[in-house]
Amino acid sequence: MTATLGARPAPGRGRARARHRLAVLGFMAPAIIGFVLFFGYPLVATVVFSFTKYDLINAPEFNGLDNYTFMFKDPLLIKAITNTLWFVLVLTIARTVFALGVASVIARLKSGVGLIRTLCYLPSLAPPVAATLVFFMVLRPNGGPVDNLLGVFGIDSPLWFSDPAWAKPGITAIMLWISGDLMIIILAAILDVPQEQYEAAELDGAGPIRRWWHVTLPTISPVLLFGIVNSVILALQLFTQAVVAGSAGSGAADATGSTKYLGFPDNSTLTFPVYLYTQGFRYFDMGYAAAMATLLFIISFAVTIVLVQRMRKNSTAEEGGPGA
Amino acid sequence: MTATLTKPPVDVPADPEQPRRKRDVGGFLNWVATHAIGLALGLMFATPVVFVFLTAVMSDDQAFTADLWPREWHWENFVEVFDKAPLFQYLINSLTYSLLATAGMLISSIPAAYALAKLQWRGRNLAFLLVIGAMMLPPQVVAVPLYDTWSSLGLTGTLWPLVVPYFLFDAFSIFLLRQFMLTIPQSYVDAARVDGCSEFQALVRVIVPMAKPGIAATALFCFLFTWNDYFGPLLYTGEVKDQWTLSLALATFKGMHIVQWNSSMAVTFLTMIPAVVLFVFAQKSFVKGITFTGVKG
Repeated sequence: MTATLGARPAPGRGRARARHRLAVLGFMAPAIIGFVLFFGYPLVATVVFSFTKYDLINAPEFNGLDNYTFMFKDPLLIKAITNTLWFVLVLTIARTVFALGVASVIARLKSGVGLIRTLCYLPSLAPPVAATLVFFMVLRPNGGPVDNLLGVFGIDSPLWFSDPAWAKPGITAIMLWISGDLMIIILAAILDVPQEQYEAAELDGAGPIRRWWHVTLPTISPVLLFGIVNSVILALQLFTQAVVAGSAGSGAADATGSTKYLGFPDNSTLTFPVYLYTQGFRYFDMGYAAAMATLLFIISFAVTIVLVQRMRKNSTAEEGGPGA
Repeated sequence: MTATLTKPPVDVPADPEQPRRKRDVGGFLNWVATHAIGLALGLMFATPVVFVFLTAVMSDDQAFTADLWPREWHWENFVEVFDKAPLFQYLINSLTYSLLATAGMLISSIPAAYALAKLQWRGRNLAFLLVIGAMMLPPQVVAVPLYDTWSSLGLTGTLWPLVVPYFLFDAFSIFLLRQFMLTIPQSYVDAARVDGCSEFQALVRVIVPMAKPGIAATALFCFLFTWNDYFGPLLYTGEVKDQWTLSLALATFKGMHIVQWNSSMAVTFLTMIPAVVLFVFAQKSFVKGITFTGVKG
């Protein structure tokens, strides 16, 4: 089976190589064209547009750094950046810790694993619009289920999606409800921890909590890093839940055409991507939107580098395996 | 929701030689506590949907109250919502988007993933890095020039800008398929070559049959991602109502029928059904696929 190509005569080898090259090119051709059309070109064009004034109707007009200098004078942009940073911080920590916690509990179950794993995972498959409306209903302050429950303890329900202080926590709750994919990833990693390591720790007299802290956690740390990077990316592009929560909260009749509801209440759900969308596709200030997109690109690029570095480390660690 | 009980994962072999009595009591309490927490978690995840369902079958008047349990069961609510909005049209649009995109993805991504996983060529690592870069890129970054291009082609307001890219390049699917294909031993590919297969034949006859579970998982994710997509349809079809997908329409439905909790919850419930059905039929593919995105990636 290990017939090396070197055993073949030279001319056939040359032809085989040409055929091989042609095969690679043929397999990759659609992907290369698609990448250039839908990523390569638009990335360059975004940067170019960011130095222009463009409204989609009149030709783009070069205006130097105007879009970038305007950023510093735009209070709504500052608000949008603050909101997105809030999600990057809170959502990333909450989602990773929550998924880790749930996965750790499921990993310890001895019966009913399949059922509980399914229940925890299924919400993550729901359309984000639907998930947002589910929470909008469950959390509604006047007689919703959570309001009922809090009433039992004599607590007044917060106004959630109508209160600037509670809208972001409300969206975070939605994001935790649909974090089942990360749970499954972490669960798989926990179940992959070699049993001998637990046994060794047990012989040393470590109880379940110390075993979790000293054995489970360090072993799955690469997956946790993946979870953190993944959550940061998710927070950076948070759009759907913010738009739908804003429009449902404001009671806007037209969820797509109007800008009044975006960021409701009091711009507390105006995330960076929502503001980019508003400027670019509601006010058709494409140049300014492109400048924001350039900023978003730089940030998400930096985050991606972290992930790629980690993958590099991983693949060199398991050298010889298939993961080259 | 009929979850099959998979075999318990950890700690199966009980240690018989250990001094037992004290451990047993503690172990039992531990068992009870862990399973109580597990059950509570499961319920916590399930109850929101239960409340959505219960609200959906209430009468108009009752849905407005603080009641949690329906006094009468109005099953017809699920039918009547089709009169309140052209849901059938939206359903067809959603299916068009999801099915075409998934088909296109399979045509374009399987060969690319094969080249990235099983063929040796210069630039392969760089190409894979570009796939990851594209996968992590927020869709809003490239939205301005893409909208500009589609608009100059006169195709905004249709589903084409959403579907066409899948026939060329879908970063996540290429990534996932590559990860699956890496687990197929290279010797199978080599054997096919020794037997005189061309690369294309090796792909079609050897790799594709072996990668079927991976391909199924990737197709499922692609279908669900497009089914759930909100930003894409909003961007390109937001102004053209008869091109709306279900996700897009659902966001509006709540706004238009703000008072009628039962109707909006009925539609919400209906849009969640496909995912549940797919999951019940292909649970293993889902769990395997999800695991692959993280652990190996």
